Amino acid sequence: MEDTMALQNDLTPVVEMKGITKHFPGVTANNQVTLKLYPGEVLALLGENGAGKSSLMNVLVGLYRQDEGEILVRGTPAEIHSPKDAVQLGLGMVHQNFKLVETMTVAENVVLGLKHLDFIPSFSEICRRINTISRQYNLQVDPRAYIWQLGVGEQQRVEILKLIYRGADILILDEPTAVLTPQESGELSRIIAQMIDEGKSAIFITHKMEEIKRFSQRVQVLRKGETAAVLETSKTTPSELARLMVGREVLFRLEKKICCPGEPVLEVKNLCASNEAGRPSLQDLSFIIRAGEILGIAGVAGNGQRKLTEVITGLDRADSGKVVIQGKDMTNRTPLDLIQSGVSHIPPDRISMGIVGDMSVASNLVMKEYRSEPVVKRGIFNYKEVAKSAKEKIDAYNISTPSQNTEAKFLSGGNIQKIILAREIGACRGLLIASYPSRGLDVGAMEAVRLQLIDQRNIGNAVLLVSEDLEELITVADRIAVIYEGRIMGEVPAEKADIKIIGHMMAGASLKGAAQAAAEAELGEDGI
Amino acid sequence: MRLYFEKRKTSSKIVLICVPIISLVISLILTGFLLLVFGVNPLATFSAMFNGAFGSSQNFAETLVKAVPLMLTGLGVSIAFRLRFWNIGAEGQLVLGGVAATWVALFASPYIPAFLLLPSVLLAGALAGAAWAGVPALLKTRLQVDETLTTLMLNYVAILIAEGLFYGAWRDPGGMGFPGTARFPQAAWLPRIYGRVHYGLVFALILAVVLWFFIYHTKWGFELHMIGKNRTAANYLGVNIKRTILVSILISGAFSGLAGASEVAGLARRLQEGLIQGYGYTAIIVAWMAQLNPFASIAAAILMAALLVGGDQVQMMMRLPSAVGLVMQGMILFPLLAGSLFSEYRLRISRTRGEETP
Ligand SMILES: Nc1ncnc2c1ncn2[C@@H]1O[C@H](COP(=O)(O)OP(=O)(O)OP(=O)(O)O)[C@@H](O)[C@H]1O
Ligand SMILES: [Mg+2]
Repeated sequence: MEDTMALQNDLTPVVEMKGITKHFPGVTANNQVTLKLYPGEVLALLGENGAGKSSLMNVLVGLYRQDEGEILVRGTPAEIHSPKDAVQLGLGMVHQNFKLVETMTVAENVVLGLKHLDFIPSFSEICRRINTISRQYNLQVDPRAYIWQLGVGEQQRVEILKLIYRGADILILDEPTAVLTPQESGELSRIIAQMIDEGKSAIFITHKMEEIKRFSQRVQVLRKGETAAVLETSKTTPSELARLMVGREVLFRLEKKICCPGEPVLEVKNLCASNEAGRPSLQDLSFIIRAGEILGIAGVAGNGQRKLTEVITGLDRADSGKVVIQGKDMTNRTPLDLIQSGVSHIPPDRISMGIVGDMSVASNLVMKEYRSEPVVKRGIFNYKEVAKSAKEKIDAYNISTPSQNTEAKFLSGGNIQKIILAREIGACRGLLIASYPSRGLDVGAMEAVRLQLIDQRNIGNAVLLVSEDLEELITVADRIAVIYEGRIMGEVPAEKADIKIIGHMMAGASLKGAAQAAAEAELGEDGI
Repeated sequence: MRLYFEKRKTSSKIVLICVPIISLVISLILTGFLLLVFGVNPLATFSAMFNGAFGSSQNFAETLVKAVPLMLTGLGVSIAFRLRFWNIGAEGQLVLGGVAATWVALFASPYIPAFLLLPSVLLAGALAGAAWAGVPALLKTRLQVDETLTTLMLNYVAILIAEGLFYGAWRDPGGMGFPGTARFPQAAWLPRIYGRVHYGLVFALILAVVLWFFIYHTKWGFELHMIGKNRTAANYLGVNIKRTILVSILISGAFSGLAGASEVAGLARRLQEGLIQGYGYTAIIVAWMAQLNPFASIAAAILMAALLVGGDQVQMMMRLPSAVGLVMQGMILFPLLAGSLFSEYRLRISRTRGEETP
């Protein structure tokens, strides 16, 4: 350790944040935080939800102004008042919640805000440059596509492209892999490696332990706004990191009672649905979930998972087929009908669908209860009951917020997710549909959510868990079905699940074919 | 030294209150310059305006007379704006409310018992306003037709209908050449409180309280907030968005329709040109200035009315165009819109690094 540290001490850090303190009304997001990033390294930034990671990075790129402390870029004190100043210093950030303009094209988003350019190049010139970068980094993006047409993975690519286009050589990536498929995050690690080779440096925020190993050389742990430790990645372990950030031991394996399924709660029969373009997105899909069991849906994002959950919850329409909930035909009913028949839904995108950011934390927490007593009596709100219900949930789910009345949009990403979890799990009466529920949660909260899902199953609810995280599916679910191009490729019991076989099925192989392919691959390995 | 904007972390309450006040001050300053160009003393003009609007009980009464329709329409459009439904058709809804009220007062009165006539007149006005707003609301919720255009265009239709009637079919032959309908039977008159101030004022005050209660304390109000702030989330949480929009816009229109009915029944007691004053447009400024808050709408309506009445006074006393009041109204809107910048950002001053680190 000494020798590398000594080596680094000789180098001037490309970024040095000294004694940064940032207060928000009711909370201190950062307290005297010091951070150094050396040239050519990836520094992982780790910490619980609300520990102040995003705030610290927002200070660095000039979105927030620190209350105390100073920032040095390449050894010289820097005044960073706006993202524009940051761009000029070569700092670029991919935010936790992307900041792309949906109604504009990729190319327009890339040049948006580049006012300091003396001239605006023509649209085709911009596209040409984007294409050059695309080729150089193997980042497939159509510069003429509109943002709303793109999936999250592609939007992520646009964000990265934007950084490269602007010539950033200090990259700040705030939970870039939270919304990516394993394939996409593999691609991201390749791109980052290429950029580091070119001499760029990066700060990488993540909650995933294996990514810290994969991406970073050093890791800095934040805890309640303060630095808990700075370590070399190769000299630490996931459990040490988890202990440092959460302050207690975290279980990476969960205990689960044996599952004893009851009556069918959700029956999906020959469901077909199509996308806006009229192409089929669900094809003849059928499955059953019984009370007291968890069905996991594995698949690469964009294979119909979203359509499936939205058709079941009434947000989208089925062309044919049936959705039967607790014995009642609920095909193509309104979202309210489904809510009232006991369905809870944790949606994949929390900011745009899951919460109303401009309303208070308390209001957001009761958005499932306000149709009935005691929160609302004869149409009139009882604010005492609202506060009581909100307080219970804030305590039960450990939501870190300055107050109940804080607007929900001011909470950290993970705490926003906790609001949704608290509200939906609290209101669940029969069926819980959870899309990527642990996305963006720290290891402690992730463990809590998984325990909650298992709890729901133990008390006799049916759970549909959509996830890309195979570890999560295997630890939480009882059965795993694999979805590919809107079809169920096959189903395996979780305890017998083989990650390799599931991987092949996610790429479109049938259960049999996948088992064969996996076996052959094993033979091949043995051969070597 | 450097000035720059920083995004605020919380929407500051103080700023919300300051923005309208500062807008007023800026508008005073800008109008002041304009008055200098006209070659009159701005301070004298402003004090004349103030006196004209508030200087005597008669003047204040006149201000209130004009404030009443502004209050009702302002409250009405604020409901729509909360949903981000850009109802700029309050003018048409008001005029059509006046027309419907007139029809009941003049032509349906023989069939209605006297004690029910006034309520029927007012109800007809409210219903007509609601219906007139309902058309764009239906077009929006069923066919996604942009409401800004439809509500605006329906204003012209309503005004033409009204003019067609009081210049034509409903014109009072005994009107000695003045265009307008015959006078309403007395049972259809809306009584007056003081001077020309009629009971429309009481309606407006009561409705402001009722509306406040509904917006902040009921399920409907909660859903209004949800839809206005995040429609996708509202839909996901089971709110019936189309129905809520439709119902709310009908109510929004009813407020303006009631304004029209109480104008014809309380002031001229006939349908005539005087109904078409552009109140429905000023209502938009009232609603923004009040930041959609019902109580603030009452105050903003009085202020806007004061500018109108004061403007008239200035015309008489200082021989200036009465448009001065209108110009000021317009000039309030601009800083107000710009002011939203300040409620989201704050201006910060930084000294250079060198001074801070010794
Ligand atoms: N704009 C803001 N206004 C008020 N409070 C804020 C704001 N931004 C962040 N906070 C508060 O500061 C604290 C730190 O938030 P931050 O977003 O930095 O956390 P984080 O470490 O990025 O968490 P996560 O892993 O959940 O993204 C939280 O308590 C949050 O509520
Ligand atoms: Mg964050």
